[in-house]
Amino acid sequence: MILSRRSLVLGAAATLAGCDRLAKNEAVRDALFSAENFHKWAQRGLMARDALAREFRPDQISPFFRPNGTANPNTPEYKALWRNGFADWRLHVSGLVGQPLSLSLAQLHALPHREQITRHDCVEGWSAIGKWRGVPLKPILDAARLRDGARYIVFHCADDMGGGRGYYESIDLVDAFHPQTILAFALNDEPLRVANGAPLRLRVERQLGYKQAKYLMKIEAVASLEGIGGGKGGYWEDRAGYDWYAGI
Amino acid sequence: MERALPQRKTVLRHRLPVRLWHWLNALLLYVLFTSGLGIFNAHPRLYWGQYGANYDHAWLGLERFGSWITLPAHYDLAMSRHWHLSAAPIFAFALLFYMLWSLFGGHLGRDLAFRRGELAPRHVWQDIRDHARLRFPAGEAALRYNVLQKASYIAVIFVALPLMILTGLAMSPGMNAAWPWLVDLFGGRQSARSIHFIAAFALAAFFLVHMLMVLLAGPLNEIRSMISGRYRVPEARR
Repeated sequence: MILSRRSLVLGAAATLAGCDRLAKNEAVRDALFSAENFHKWAQRGLMARDALAREFRPDQISPFFRPNGTANPNTPEYKALWRNGFADWRLHVSGLVGQPLSLSLAQLHALPHREQITRHDCVEGWSAIGKWRGVPLKPILDAARLRDGARYIVFHCADDMGGGRGYYESIDLVDAFHPQTILAFALNDEPLRVANGAPLRLRVERQLGYKQAKYLMKIEAVASLEGIGGGKGGYWEDRAGYDWYAGI
Repeated sequence: MERALPQRKTVLRHRLPVRLWHWLNALLLYVLFTSGLGIFNAHPRLYWGQYGANYDHAWLGLERFGSWITLPAHYDLAMSRHWHLSAAPIFAFALLFYMLWSLFGGHLGRDLAFRRGELAPRHVWQDIRDHARLRFPAGEAALRYNVLQKASYIAVIFVALPLMILTGLAMSPGMNAAWPWLVDLFGGRQSARSIHFIAAFALAAFFLVHMLMVLLAGPLNEIRSMISGRYRVPEARR
């Protein structure tokens, strides 16, 4: 053999280190990060604006829906809300809206619901199928009357992943008005457990798991994502460089 | 004892599109494989069916791949995904163009299609025996792909590589809404992920055999023919 395994391994490691150095170059980094725009453009071009994510039969539901990320926000504020059965919890809708809202859990329960059995696709690779019930986001945004210039909906959460910076996520209006985009308060016919995001979480079924913000506290309509958190549109986008468009 | 080599015939063995696509693929497969292992490391378990997470039955559970073979050379899911998802569309469109060129440019009919009698068991068996004895074709025969080469190139271009792209897309929640039939075709997102992983290692195995053949068949002549296209025809054995 001309190449020994050792030299192959060293060669591979050296080439990979070379790729890492390359990725530190501003232009290469920009190119790598801009692939997200291609995927968003291609997927939005291929699908109808309201194309639905696959919905499953009840017998296809995962035996156990794996919670991920924060299992309990554990802040004094959240604990107080939980102790009281979330009776004092309010969902605030603000920002570029004509009519700011403050909704209680009871008010959300009184609105028309949607039920969907969908697959949760984690960016890490695993999937879980669960049955969600909640209020579609559209009527809430309609009631709040988005003002001209509103381009993104930002979801602010009660947890901070232990890092001191609040979890948040954002989607654009195409996904915000999608029929399967709901604010879910029940999973598999039971009130949402703390580990799965009680009392209310987002479901954006055409995107990866980290978009499905748990422990919702405030919804904000904005013209730009700059100035919110680290400016990249979400907790993981800011912290770890995840794609904002999480459709792939 | 050395004796003067007779002047041998040099021919144009590989045309430009073959050479360009070959080297582009070498680069992209390297990036895709190593960044793919980096992505796999985020959840190194594989399942069959529509769903699969830690509490479900995995048919394969591995330790994380070492940093010597992942891109980046440390655990960074976001960067692995940036590399993977940047390289994938280039790879997919290059394959599409190469397939069209092969089909309409004559490469498929002229170089890859099996000739009459080539698939006869006797002929295939003879080719296997020649490979096993490392008897490589010479003279005119060296200018054509042999039957095992044709079979493996066809399998790679028209089966394995498209399978990589389609199973990759089947894992995307956006494509799940755009092309629901694609996920069904593979029996669910986790099945698609498993097939993606198996096909990646099948391609890695092809790569290793491919390299071995280049080394055994005369690396300088073979590599030169993939760079400049010029190939020195080996003398027929006596």
